[in-house]
Amino acid sequence: MADRPDGAGETGHNKPALSLHVPEPRYRPGDTVDFSHLNIPEAGAQARPDETCDPKDMGALAYDLVRVLGEDNKAHGPWNPNLDAETLRTMLGHMAMVRAFDERMFRGQRQGKTSFYMKCTGEEATSVAASMALASDDMVFPSYRQQGILIARGYPIVDMINQIYSNKADKLKGRQLPIMYSSREHSFFSISGNLATQLPQATGWAMASAIKGDSRIAATWVGEGSTAEGDFHSACTFATVYNAPVIFNVINNQWAISSFSGFAGAERTTFAARALGYGLAGLRVDGNDALAVYAAQRWAANRARANAGPTLIEYFTYRAEGHSTSDDPSGYRSAQEREEWPLGDPIMRLKNHLVAIGEWDEDRQQAMDLEAAEKVKAATKEAEKNGILGHGMHHPFHTMFEDVFEELPWHLKEQAEQATRERQIKWPQGGGPKT
Amino acid sequence: MSTDIETKNASQAAEAGERRINMIEAINDALDTMLGRDPDVIVMGEDVGYFGGVFRCTAGLQEKHGKTRVFDTPISECGIIGVAVGMGAYGLRPVPEIQFADYIYPGLDQLISEAARLRYRSATDYIAPLTVRSPFGGGIFGGQTHSQSPEAIFTHVSGLKTVIPSTPYDAKGLLISCIEDNDPVIFFEPKRIYNGPFSGYYDKPVEPWKKHKDSVVPEGYYKIPLGKARHVTEGEQLTVLTYGTMVHVAEAVCREKGVEADILDLRTLVPLDIEAIEASVEKTGRCLIVHEATRTSGFGAELSALVTERCFYHLEAPVERVTGFDTPYPHSLEWAYFPGPVRIGDAIDKILKD
Repeated sequence: MADRPDGAGETGHNKPALSLHVPEPRYRPGDTVDFSHLNIPEAGAQARPDETCDPKDMGALAYDLVRVLGEDNKAHGPWNPNLDAETLRTMLGHMAMVRAFDERMFRGQRQGKTSFYMKCTGEEATSVAASMALASDDMVFPSYRQQGILIARGYPIVDMINQIYSNKADKLKGRQLPIMYSSREHSFFSISGNLATQLPQATGWAMASAIKGDSRIAATWVGEGSTAEGDFHSACTFATVYNAPVIFNVINNQWAISSFSGFAGAERTTFAARALGYGLAGLRVDGNDALAVYAAQRWAANRARANAGPTLIEYFTYRAEGHSTSDDPSGYRSAQEREEWPLGDPIMRLKNHLVAIGEWDEDRQQAMDLEAAEKVKAATKEAEKNGILGHGMHHPFHTMFEDVFEELPWHLKEQAEQATRERQIKWPQGGGPKT
Repeated sequence: MSTDIETKNASQAAEAGERRINMIEAINDALDTMLGRDPDVIVMGEDVGYFGGVFRCTAGLQEKHGKTRVFDTPISECGIIGVAVGMGAYGLRPVPEIQFADYIYPGLDQLISEAARLRYRSATDYIAPLTVRSPFGGGIFGGQTHSQSPEAIFTHVSGLKTVIPSTPYDAKGLLISCIEDNDPVIFFEPKRIYNGPFSGYYDKPVEPWKKHKDSVVPEGYYKIPLGKARHVTEGEQLTVLTYGTMVHVAEAVCREKGVEADILDLRTLVPLDIEAIEASVEKTGRCLIVHEATRTSGFGAELSALVTERCFYHLEAPVERVTGFDTPYPHSLEWAYFPGPVRIGDAIDKILKD
């Protein structure tokens, strides 16, 4: 190069040395947490543009934080969805059920009833309130922490547990990791372990709906860490190019397993702001404010239904628990973070709101929590009759070879016969492996 | 459906005075036929719309069937295939095009982890009935990024079907089967033979398809079932297992050498016509496998293993493989890479020597 004669790059040059920035979270184990750097605006202070507006005219909302529930537990501002008390109580009930379910399944994993579980503690609103803002036949393409959608859509809890136990009643025939549900009946797409793959798929589904002149839209969820995947960018491009009726929900829960959001680029801009470069509508929303979540999702759904285009919503929230039962967050983050999270707990905030408007009280809350725990307990007992993981009560083993293709080809037939022979040798009395 | 046409062979059709077309026209015809028959069929990919594709396989389809049935896409293989998976889950039958097979890698995760496993992982809740069309293979001075034959990557994946035609008649009938199939299919189009059945001599003119018996392509709908090989020639001296461009090269070499070979055009690698392979090798006792893809872990290795496992006591000579070399496809030296007449001829001599 002209400015670098031979040897100049080796030693003694007079240019400043370049340095690489490796992001580091603010707090590690043992650190005292201080979230005062976060800009938490007043509830109700954010403008609510028309649902058909040009994304260029709402750019500020990609950096702001849409909030409805204030410190006074009242709903404020133009994003207040003005839901009736019955709907709010239903929402609270679903969120309480999700938490009760998570608690029980986490314990079930620790008791050896299954291999794996993932809680969504602190993020319940981002699935429950969002799905309540959609039509029941809108297609959802969830990630792995949206159990709240199934609960809100009335999927039987016992079927969720059957799937988690991979038992003989598991509708997925024991093929998927626990929590990777699928239900066509509930317009709930099969969950993949490969991250962000559901985003182009949701876009394709939405495009198909538009091609066929349908009225159903698609919504998809992804963690903020997975926005670094190529699939996210492919999906944003396709969605904007074809004006697909799709909603991208980015759950910014601050942590991608043990990597903080900085490794997905959070130090430079918001995740909602990713929308701007694509010409998508972008909203940044308080993810622990169930009313704001509902309002944003409803806004985006109306926009999509009006053929006004796709929306990317960042729900700013906090993963109060570990990534999964295989993860120990005490190894990488301050234990204080959870307690100090300035946006509170989504269930408590909604509960306090209902109390503040005179539609709820502590007794009813306690009764509701108890009822949720009892329901989950009863469902667990019911599911256990169908077996728990590793205790032999699973789908007939030949189902292993089914559904790879629509019809069984010769090579899978041969392999199934081989497996049958092996099984007869290993377990001549029938049955299967016991652990 | 249309079983009368399905069973009719090309020479019968020729006698009936039907039209002769090349492979590009046959593929276009298959897409046109299916777009006309099934409102859920969608054709999409880079440049496939207004312009009709870089190889013209989709020419005129947008004009005839409309912009929401045949359309251009962003340059995003991950997006093209991922979107097609979602469309399939909705209930459409997308036929995405990847402009060159060499470019399919950014879309591999969507094919391998998503499309191929969707039926299984959702216990048939959802399926991905997409047909990914992609021109593949070399011999067109395409350099290392326009010449690869990546079929072995796909045959290794549970839940994917891999289909490769070698004639216009087959291209249309197989493609229609792929589009109607409820499993995801990768349909590789050997671009060296789009315009004529290349015999392996780069310095000789390629005869146009219209002089070939298998260029007679009936109008309208007909299907060639997946999983059935085609007997190119019948012979007693050796079996040649091959597909795509190499069908014609192998056929030309055998003809020139006066070898009476049982040449099987496999047509679909998954599902594979194992019965036809076994019957042929048991008859001839000798087996040559010819493909253009690189050698190590290529599909020829699988074929060789199958023949050895299943026909060992019928074999009178070791199974031989003629393949591309384990190098990238070199631009200026592509004819040194290409498994042409000399390499195939040597292998035949070796097999017949014992």
